[in-house]
Amino acid sequence: MKLLLVAEYRDGKLLACCNELMDFSDKMGAESVMCLVGSENDLPGYSGTLYLADAKIYGEYNPDGHKQFILDVVEKEQVDMVAFSHSSYGWDLAPRVAFALKAAQVSEIVEVVDEIPAVPLCNAKLRRDVLVKTKQSVVTIQAGAFGLPEDPVGTPVVEKVEGNGEGRVEFTGYEQAESGGLDLGKAQVIVSGGRGIGKPENVEMIANLAKALGGEYGASRPVVDSEWVEHNRQVGTTGQTVTPKLYVACGISGAIQHLAGMKKSEFIVAVNTDRDAPIAEAADVLVVADLKEFIPLFTEKIQAL
Amino acid sequence: MKILVCIKQVPDMESKFKVDSDGTWYEKSDLVWRMNEYDEYAVEQAVQLKEQVKDADLTVLCIGGDQVKETMKKALAMGCDRGVHIADDDSNSKEPYEKAGIIAEYARDKSFDLVFTGMQSQDKGSAQVGLLIAEFLDMPGVSTIVDFSYSDGVVSVKRELEGGMKACVTARTPLTVTCQLGLNTVRYPTLPNIMKAKRKELLSIPVEDLLKVESRQETARIYFPEKKGTGLILEGGVAELADKLIGILKEKTTVLT
Repeated sequence: MKLLLVAEYRDGKLLACCNELMDFSDKMGAESVMCLVGSENDLPGYSGTLYLADAKIYGEYNPDGHKQFILDVVEKEQVDMVAFSHSSYGWDLAPRVAFALKAAQVSEIVEVVDEIPAVPLCNAKLRRDVLVKTKQSVVTIQAGAFGLPEDPVGTPVVEKVEGNGEGRVEFTGYEQAESGGLDLGKAQVIVSGGRGIGKPENVEMIANLAKALGGEYGASRPVVDSEWVEHNRQVGTTGQTVTPKLYVACGISGAIQHLAGMKKSEFIVAVNTDRDAPIAEAADVLVVADLKEFIPLFTEKIQAL
Repeated sequence: MKILVCIKQVPDMESKFKVDSDGTWYEKSDLVWRMNEYDEYAVEQAVQLKEQVKDADLTVLCIGGDQVKETMKKALAMGCDRGVHIADDDSNSKEPYEKAGIIAEYARDKSFDLVFTGMQSQDKGSAQVGLLIAEFLDMPGVSTIVDFSYSDGVVSVKRELEGGMKACVTARTPLTVTCQLGLNTVRYPTLPNIMKAKRKELLSIPVEDLLKVESRQETARIYFPEKKGTGLILEGGVAELADKLIGILKEKTTVLT
């Protein structure tokens, strides 16, 4: 089996996810080639052939141009599978490439057993094994599900691809995240609230516990989307990735995107009424309780220490 | 302007799921159903666009059994003008390519200027259907938008990237966009609009009339993943729980010293 691994590049930098693609390829026992719309000044530590298109010509977001670049490599290398990260770049390009190749696309693979890919279903409460019926396939792999322990240090054989990178949409620039001066990444303790906090008034309860523990408060996505908490406090894939000494997840079910942002915390406590919530898998301690009763009392006891 | 918004009915994700007797889907009885959360943002954005341009016709489309009509009525009450129900009692076994093919077959001769979808469904989460519709209809598609504006045939959006960064993108209509959570503030339908929605057109089309493509994948089985975590589970009265947790934090962490 031969894979094409699609590496990513953003704002002038290679992204680390190409390491995960290499591990995926190893686990599949496949040979591989890689492609990247990026720069020869920032190359992955990949020992193999790397097809490189210049991001200055192709643009960093240009689906039509990037699709054509990938299809040309697929044609030249006759690969069996095209692998993307399940990221804002990968899930945007994969369906377009699959459509052009008349190939099945399997999204967000978490593992592969006997060549059968498994993907999450219903917020990872269930899992689904997928049978691909086409000869070629396109896959996206879940962030964090694969990954080499250390970044490999190979040197790719670079094949430059010239092209005009024409496309129908125009990328006009990036908007950086606003930090508001807060850096959750530096907090020793983070107490986060999720949908289970119920109403905006309860954010204060979360903030009070964070303060009592000498830390900062954070939130999961639904709470930020509801505008109960500012985006600079969001923990997860589209917010911040944190590794505090203590992470307390209050009323957070544990969507994959949230877990990716906090699972490397040193000690994790979850407070939840549902003992089957996916957060329980990541937690060192699961307190099965109504957080509206538990948190204020726990805060008082911490303050009294 | 003609606008299409595609929605899906999904179970509430807090539900207790069971594997059905075939072992290829979840048991559909005893679940609470609602509009896929991503699609709520898509409907809201489509309605806001209609309100902005005034002269617009907004169709909401949904594939599924008769029960999805309830969810479609919510979209109609939010401000969609008409509903197209693609009647399919077996929609869960259709893969994204088939679903996009069905929608594209319906949309092909309707000259929609804008197609809105959610960026993924909460149950299957494949993040494919919206972009595949764009490919079928040979129009540009932009995924994962968290900001949308329209002026004179030009759409400006912001795509949400990892780490809170956004990419600003413009494109001309016709265009498909897939909507990320937090794109806008989703309205609650008012009672008068709920009443009005009951009188809006809701056309049913049998899926057989629109399914012209073959599936490229199928579900072999679904199952509960093995639990890896063996964390400690504390249960009991809240005072006792608080004391226990303090004891554990003192022992296992340095944050209380």
